[in-house]
Amino acid sequence: MDTETMAAETRAKRPIRWHVGVFLAPAVLVYTAFMILPLFGTLQLSLFRNIEQTQVFVGLGNFRTLFGDPNWSVNFWNALRNNVWFFIIHMLVQNPIGILLAALLSSPKLRFTAFYRTAIFVPTILSFVIVGFAWKLILSPIWGVAPHLMDFVGLKSFFTPWLGKEQYALTALSLVSVWQFVGIPMMLIYAALLSIPDEVIEAAECDGVTGMAQFWKIKLPLILPSIGIISILTFVGNFNAFDLIYTAQGALAGPNYSTDILGTFLYRAFFGFQLQVGDPNMGAAIATIMFLIILAGVCVYLFLVQTRLRRYQF
Amino acid sequence: MSTATRSLPRTIGAHAILITYTVIALFPVILVVMNSFKSRAGIFGAPLTPPTAKTFDLIGYTTVFGQGDFFHYFQNSLVVTVASLFFVLLFGAMAAFALSEYRFRGNTMMGLYLALGIMIPIRLGTVAILQLMVASGLVNTLTALILVYTAQGLPLAIFILSEFMKQVSNDLKNAGRIDGLSEYTIFFRLVLPLVRPAMATVAVFTMIPIWNDLWFPLILAPSEETKTVTLGAQLFLGQFVTNWNAILAALSLAILPVLILYVIFSRQLIRGITSGAVK
Repeated sequence: MDTETMAAETRAKRPIRWHVGVFLAPAVLVYTAFMILPLFGTLQLSLFRNIEQTQVFVGLGNFRTLFGDPNWSVNFWNALRNNVWFFIIHMLVQNPIGILLAALLSSPKLRFTAFYRTAIFVPTILSFVIVGFAWKLILSPIWGVAPHLMDFVGLKSFFTPWLGKEQYALTALSLVSVWQFVGIPMMLIYAALLSIPDEVIEAAECDGVTGMAQFWKIKLPLILPSIGIISILTFVGNFNAFDLIYTAQGALAGPNYSTDILGTFLYRAFFGFQLQVGDPNMGAAIATIMFLIILAGVCVYLFLVQTRLRRYQF
Repeated sequence: MSTATRSLPRTIGAHAILITYTVIALFPVILVVMNSFKSRAGIFGAPLTPPTAKTFDLIGYTTVFGQGDFFHYFQNSLVVTVASLFFVLLFGAMAAFALSEYRFRGNTMMGLYLALGIMIPIRLGTVAILQLMVASGLVNTLTALILVYTAQGLPLAIFILSEFMKQVSNDLKNAGRIDGLSEYTIFFRLVLPLVRPAMATVAVFTMIPIWNDLWFPLILAPSEETKTVTLGAQLFLGQFVTNWNAILAALSLAILPVLILYVIFSRQLIRGITSGAVK
């Protein structure tokens, strides 16, 4: 029997493999109904406006309002600027610390690494509500823990209620967020460092490349793909953040909107807060902008970083 | 090789940095839990010392248990988390099996479609999700949260599980087919038990964000009946801004369950991350 008739026979025997559909259906249905359709629904809503109780198509009108109307644009640009700063702090503080800790943890024959790993990851599993409030208490001048601790190292005069001052609040909260999430880059880089084959390290040692030089010249280029991954994870997480700011500073992101980021701005626009009435269409417009920002980041990652870094992989 | 790279000062330096960071990571947690067992005078007088016989006081805990309906919130969180987890694991494993086992037209496209949600946060669709829930009368029900969290957890679950299912031996599955087992039996009886470690990893990854989420409970189910423990704690903390005993006790109560679960599952979680499940 030649292969063609055999293939034809199998095709005839199993015309439709129903089980493939049965296996896929529940996941695809739930995912489509509650994730993909709402996402597109939101994009669509951003093109409409509620005028006299009916949805009217206004094209890009909502975006024009968002960028140009001072009632919206001042807050929008402020939130976007703050969000960029929030991201920069994460990239400059969280990821280098994560890489440093991972590099130390992965050094051979170091003891207690399991303990360090477990302990440093603890903040990551805590909810934002706990983290936000605990730090609010610690930094509070009423309790006095922070000034007391700074007194130990002779820096007491530098203490100010950071969360209450416009110029410091956002940076302070970014650092709290860094404290919470440093475990994620640490773990991913740690995993990447462990997966470097021993032969490569041994070859480097034979050539006399050890210690810091070994890390910079051999290991760092090999973990670049993982650094790409933690960067894009940080990017998506930061431009989607909301909970920490909301817990620590409330929906108004005080003092005087200095900690307002896109997430809290979206929440206020969508639901309204105090005197401002909620506007789903403007909320959808802000969500669309966030979607485009995140999509742009992911595209840059996928097309640029990923293709350029692939040649380092084994 | 070890003599070439490791020297005593370097080891001490590594430990010093790691210990410093461990202290930074744990200090706030320990501080909050420690002070929750103190009287008001103890909290403000000596915040950095553990409770002594003189400052020991459970007033904070009695306030919390007397005021908030914490047990009920806790129950809500548990129902939402366990139900979402069950659906994510079941539906996710089924879809992962279909994608990794069968070759059909559109397989790759389907995989990409399902992976889209790993990068794009479901939160951006909130406006339309709320409209959908209002239209279907699901606002202020735990069902709404379960459906959203299931959708949220599926992409990563499918991605990780299909990587693992590709490793399950084909001979085993074909032996099952020759013995006349249906595709469903092969999946439930042969493949699922073999990917159990991967399922545990996915479970931990799925569980933490669901348990800690504030956004969807706040928007989809803020009623007294359906509050989750995260939302309950948030509102409770807002009410008791000046009652430090109560705040610290509430924070400790919110930390402890997660911490206990973490200590039990940390080995699993860390092995899951380091084994390359999320690369």
